[in-house]
Amino acid sequence: MDYDIIIGLEIHVQLQTESKMFSWCGTEFGLPPNTQTDPVSLGLPGTLPVMNRKAFELALKTAVALHAEIAPFTKWDRKNYYYPDLPKNYQISQYDLPFSHGGWIAIPRRKDGGGGGRCGLTRVHLEEDTGKLMHAAGGLSEVDLNRAGIPLLEIVTDPDIRSPADARGCLEELRLTLRYLGVSDCEMQEGSLRCDANVNLHIHRDGDTIATPIVEIKNLNSFRAVEKALIYEIERQYKKWRDDGLTIKDAAKTTRGWSDAEEVTKPQREKETASDYRYFPEPDLVPVVADLAWLARIRESIGELPAARRDRFESEYGLSPYDANVLVEQGQDVADYYDDVARATGQYKLASNWIQQDVLRTIKEKKMSVAEFPVAPAALADLINRVERGELNTNQGREILGRMIETGDPAEIIIEMGGYRMVSDRDQIAAAVDAAVAANPQAIDELKRGKKKPEAVKGFLRGQVMKQTGGKANPALVGELLEAKLAESLQ
Amino acid sequence: MNSATATALLAGLEQGAISSEEIVIGLLDRADRLKRLNVFVHLDPDHVLSQARAIDKRRRSGDSVGPLAGVPVAIKDLLCVEGEPTTCGSRMLRTFRPPYDATVISRLKQAGAILFGKTNMDEFAMGSSTENSAYGPTLNPWDETRVPGGSSGGSAAAVAAGLAPIALGSDTGGSIRQPAAVCGIVGLKPTYGRVSRYGLIAFASSLDQIGPFAHDLADTALILKAISGHDPRDSTSVDDSVPDYPATLGTPPESLRIGVVPEFFGEGLDPEVESAIREAIRVYEQAGATIRKVSLPNSRSGIPAYYIVAPAECSSNLARYDGTIYGHRAADFSPRYPGEESLAPMVRMMMASRAEGFGAEVKRRIMLGTFVLSAGYADQYYNQALKVRRLIRNDFDSAFKEVDVLIGPTSPTPAFKLGERTSNPLAMYLSDIYTITANLAGIPGLSIPCGLTKSNLPIGLQLLAPAFAEEKLLRTARVFERATDWHLKRPGVKE
Repeated sequence: MDYDIIIGLEIHVQLQTESKMFSWCGTEFGLPPNTQTDPVSLGLPGTLPVMNRKAFELALKTAVALHAEIAPFTKWDRKNYYYPDLPKNYQISQYDLPFSHGGWIAIPRRKDGGGGGRCGLTRVHLEEDTGKLMHAAGGLSEVDLNRAGIPLLEIVTDPDIRSPADARGCLEELRLTLRYLGVSDCEMQEGSLRCDANVNLHIHRDGDTIATPIVEIKNLNSFRAVEKALIYEIERQYKKWRDDGLTIKDAAKTTRGWSDAEEVTKPQREKETASDYRYFPEPDLVPVVADLAWLARIRESIGELPAARRDRFESEYGLSPYDANVLVEQGQDVADYYDDVARATGQYKLASNWIQQDVLRTIKEKKMSVAEFPVAPAALADLINRVERGELNTNQGREILGRMIETGDPAEIIIEMGGYRMVSDRDQIAAAVDAAVAANPQAIDELKRGKKKPEAVKGFLRGQVMKQTGGKANPALVGELLEAKLAESLQ
Repeated sequence: MNSATATALLAGLEQGAISSEEIVIGLLDRADRLKRLNVFVHLDPDHVLSQARAIDKRRRSGDSVGPLAGVPVAIKDLLCVEGEPTTCGSRMLRTFRPPYDATVISRLKQAGAILFGKTNMDEFAMGSSTENSAYGPTLNPWDETRVPGGSSGGSAAAVAAGLAPIALGSDTGGSIRQPAAVCGIVGLKPTYGRVSRYGLIAFASSLDQIGPFAHDLADTALILKAISGHDPRDSTSVDDSVPDYPATLGTPPESLRIGVVPEFFGEGLDPEVESAIREAIRVYEQAGATIRKVSLPNSRSGIPAYYIVAPAECSSNLARYDGTIYGHRAADFSPRYPGEESLAPMVRMMMASRAEGFGAEVKRRIMLGTFVLSAGYADQYYNQALKVRRLIRNDFDSAFKEVDVLIGPTSPTPAFKLGERTSNPLAMYLSDIYTITANLAGIPGLSIPCGLTKSNLPIGLQLLAPAFAEEKLLRTARVFERATDWHLKRPGVKE
């Protein structure tokens, strides 16, 4: 089984704007059918589109972030076809002069060593979304035009992707980038990020390369579905080729739909004739000129993007690629939070551990955002510093953080109120050590006879000392005094 | 009063000599008695009266009123008026009542005008005779066996017959100027972008422009000022200040270089029309104008280019009328022809609705437009036509380097007989041979009355000016109007 997998994605992203691409109509998701409409988005006779400048700016921002070249002059075209979810029976889109050219998405490196490299972009253009058809019982179809006219970015990649995991990674990286840019919420379930995948195989046999017919997979409603559908489809194509030997020269591109429930792809109805969209320039809109000053303002508005941030976390804070990625892929607010804590403490690795273990777990459990997390970066930094200075041990720190999350109080107050201050009094700890050794003669006996490993016995005795001091004893001091006591007892 | 201009009515209203209510009662009465002309497709007396009473009340109470306060304006039935039927002369939109006002309608309302009915038109503004209407033809008030021109024939006839002092129409290839010419009134197609198209039900978006009909230039200037200006709802409307057309109308233009276009005196030009135009040129000469011959070599490609661009846009603009969201929906869409059984019911519904809803000329243009945009043909037709359009624009640019305005006939013939050209689309298309190039170039064009044939049919003089030079156009036309009395002629319509 020697073949290359060839995958290209066609991605649609709804841009997050308050009003639609060509009208003042609102864009809120999840409202009753046909309530987010106005005469323009309904395509009522006599209405005219007016370009939403904000939407165009978000598109420019995205293209710049995807390393694309911005066209100085771009225009709108009408794509003509009849379908009930398209109120005007034409879609305002871009044909021969899209607003950007080229660009690429970084394919993230995976833990297993896979991934890496770039996926080139064939084109990125802006258009208006269509409405939605809902097929009800009894062969009845209902049209919801709430979605009609929402700004939609079409991103078509080159066939640069070589595995289903990379396809997923590429799409996840795109989502992360768009979320960092704040241009889209990219929810596949809600349809603000949609993806179709084109796939075929280049089979190597006897020094020849044979390409299988291309299949477009639709109905991919999650990142998991993208990966699973591709895995399924690759196997299916390979088996099919072994059965019928059909190659790309023998069969046209076909469309298959992914069934989440059955985990298979199934053939979808094909159009009987090639569609002719009769594109022509949209006469109701004027061309857009993206001048240099406008582009400069947009470039300035773009903050640090995920790829750059991962690099910086590794170089500035010395984090491992794994840790850097975990913090970055949680989203901009988590990465910002980490930046703040790390800078305030100077304890980069500790800050990363505390955030990954405690902060992320809590916000996941409580389903809150970092913005809602009650402990501010400075407060967490203060707690980490206390642990680092030895005022608290790690377990105490954990407990205090729990209280800080509950109450919103700073560590200082909780420490005072809860008597958390660590005991570093030599005499007090020495007394506790003596008591522990006296109460456990069998431990000394075991040590003497070498029945157990010394570390295990010492650990047990350390636990006894901590128990006596209510967990407040300075662990370093306990260790030191216990070593001294044991040395004395074993003589 | 039936032949009064808006300017005269406004003077009467301001002096308190007459009320708006009295004006509209008189006009409603006349409309009732002239129903045979088939000018209005919708005229609601109660709605008209309540508007008139409201404006009279405001005037009496001393409130400030707009520049058209109390003046009735007839509206071509493709301009959306909130809650009022707006049918485009089509069966397709028989039940359509827009939930919003066209921008020109809002501006008329703001100016205090009374919306006086919706006027008949060729279906979706496609035609030159108003015979392509689902509501039957409108008759020419000068000779009721003849057409009033088109597509804005209802609005032109309304003004000519004294059913409204002023009216609005739309002009895609001559649909204001040609009916104005054959109805003996003034008609202006403003520069593309001068007047907002928002709420104008589109025929061909890159060519359509709304404009006024009136008895004379003073009224034309008045209404033009009221409807012009930038509209954030129309991206193609130009953000430029609007000159005070009425204020400057009386001042003769500083420069009066007039270009006579030989291509406008070609084959098919009626001799009586030609001699009236030659006479008009002499009038200008006597007024001190420099007359110069200026060629528009590409104008003969105007009709072919237009009949590619306009149908192409129309095929797309009219695609939305499929019975799904609005428009006529066929009650029966069972398969009628072999092969239709395999089509989805939804597709058959769209097909049957469009087959029933549209008339023959609209279907002809949709098919033409679909064809010229099709893969493999677009380069040959549509893209070629866009090149011709640029050449025509260049012709005008060079011409206007030499002269201030261009002069010629509006229409090659006076009003023709009802039915005379209905079976010959090409003959019908040639009615617009002199007007179409202005739409392709986006420049303003004006038709003013300049004579009557021996059989008492009006003749129109067309003046063309550079883009956004309406002020110059009106002032130049006023030189002629001042020297003649054609604008005072009225048809003897029997009530």
